[in-house]
Amino acid sequence: MANEVEMADIRGMDLVYERPHTLTEARLHYCPGCGHGVVHRVLMEVINELGIQGETIGVAPVGCSVFAYHYMDIDMQEAAHGRASAVATAIKRLLPTKYVFSYQGDGDLAAIGTAETIHTANRGENILVVFINNAIYGMTGGQMAPTTLLGMKTSTTPVGRTVDVAGYPLKIADLVAILPGTYYVARHAVHTPNAVRQLKKAVTKSFQHQKEGKGTCFIEVISNCPSGWKMTPLEANKWMEENMFPVFPLGDLKAAK
Amino acid sequence: MSDIRLMKGNEALAEAAIRAGCQAYFGYPITPQSEILEYLADEGRKRGMIVLQAESEVASINMVYGGAGAGARVMTSSSSPGISLMQEGLSYIACAELPCLVVNVNRGGPGLGTIQPSQGDYFQATKGGGHGDYRLIVLAPASVQEMADFVFDAFDLADQYRNPVMILADGALGQMMEKVQFKEYDPKDHIPDKPWATVGKPATRPRNIITSLHIQPEKMEQINLRLQQKYATICEREVRCEKVSTDDAEYLVVAYGLAARIAHRAVELARAEGIRAGLLRPITLYPFPYVPIRSLAETVRGVLVVEMNSGQMVEDVRLAVEGRTPVQFYGRMGGIIPSPDEVMHALGGLVNQAVEQQVEE
Repeated sequence: MANEVEMADIRGMDLVYERPHTLTEARLHYCPGCGHGVVHRVLMEVINELGIQGETIGVAPVGCSVFAYHYMDIDMQEAAHGRASAVATAIKRLLPTKYVFSYQGDGDLAAIGTAETIHTANRGENILVVFINNAIYGMTGGQMAPTTLLGMKTSTTPVGRTVDVAGYPLKIADLVAILPGTYYVARHAVHTPNAVRQLKKAVTKSFQHQKEGKGTCFIEVISNCPSGWKMTPLEANKWMEENMFPVFPLGDLKAAK
Repeated sequence: MSDIRLMKGNEALAEAAIRAGCQAYFGYPITPQSEILEYLADEGRKRGMIVLQAESEVASINMVYGGAGAGARVMTSSSSPGISLMQEGLSYIACAELPCLVVNVNRGGPGLGTIQPSQGDYFQATKGGGHGDYRLIVLAPASVQEMADFVFDAFDLADQYRNPVMILADGALGQMMEKVQFKEYDPKDHIPDKPWATVGKPATRPRNIITSLHIQPEKMEQINLRLQQKYATICEREVRCEKVSTDDAEYLVVAYGLAARIAHRAVELARAEGIRAGLLRPITLYPFPYVPIRSLAETVRGVLVVEMNSGQMVEDVRLAVEGRTPVQFYGRMGGIIPSPDEVMHALGGLVNQAVEQQVEE
């Protein structure tokens, strides 16, 4: 293909940005504008830069990122819905010198898998939990998530989420931050280049903490869902800043000591 | 053989797991099998095993998935309600073809039921249990000695076929004390290489992926066909049963586990009264001994199936017998253990029926 020839021709000083070899060449199935692809790339860039591709095992969730292992060129396990942190717990216990992370969405981590999430963090398992919060169930077609904002319309909250019917958006990162088992809990986003750089720093730090056996590192990434929110990617990012960030403010919830 | 020890069934099973080279146990306490977790939390940890008391049976079985996927010899144990919670995870493990041991020390149900022994989980254990077309290999011990012995066999079968194996016991076998001897077993001679495991990808091989997700139906059908082929091989090679006094038997009793011990006594009582009875005890409940039962059905005048449930295995016995001879059932439920006299009485009913039939003919 012409495109591949052009890419192959870029050499030397002309090459300023490339796919880390820890990402496979599979084409992402994510919707245009979705944050998953960026988070995948950040994770794989860090694993590449730390030189730990051969020592890292990832656990994929059920949800939009169910095929994460198509893109990440590392050993991976596909967990049952909500159980990624339990699966990751066992891998890490049996292979304590390896790096282990789970990658989970809001339904997986904060609804069906809440017990596993809390108890993994409470045991202080030496893993990294990456939590993508876009406040909606993307894969199943836009139903309410535990993190759906009040007033937010989804296919199962057609007039907007109300407290009397569906309670409040669950701030699970705040919950795990108070547990002594967690060492580092932070909330990030990937809607601007600067935000991506901040996330990358957090992921790098988390793997370093894991190497030192500090405890559970938990990174929430506030992400958009243009398809589920029925917006263009630009509208979605703007809506996210204006509506998601006030409820889920970015920054360290528990700074590493 | 090592020294003879006096142990509870649950403890003997746990000790055998350590000796079989089990690297990790994940479980949640539930009566009547908590001694397995307790024994391993003490003895197992001392001898290098990872023992994690999980937050639930759901977490336990998914830890088993993760640990088995990481190439380790791993297990969990529970009793009936806890095993129900594990069914989703078992379906994933079966599809991802992860070797592991799951122990069910069966108690009486349905629901929260009772903590007394039962065989009410036969269907769940042998017919899949969770969603989709899959089977566990199911071993049914009938003594404390077999609670130990079958652990070694279970791990070896799991590794050989990359399939989850269940030991289906009951509360009495878990709690009772008998003598037990542990066989010589060096895990190094038994545990195969697991090149498919997710242990970190060296540059020399493509990445390993443990998954049960195959979204293309054509691919998923192929996965199913491969599983079915494996199950057919297991049925061909791994059927195990014990026969007692069947050579000249006119009446056959079929029972497994604890019920088989009671039935064994009833057969002895019947023989003392001149009734030529025999016992066939299925040891593998899956694969089920259809062929041995079918061949005995050619010669006997009737079959009595004894279970501690409402009649579950009797369906498989009828499939084996295919109408060749009358099949009757005797069972007790809800944690009640039948006595040898009750079984003897039921056997008497079978004999009377056969005699009446002969008179009519």
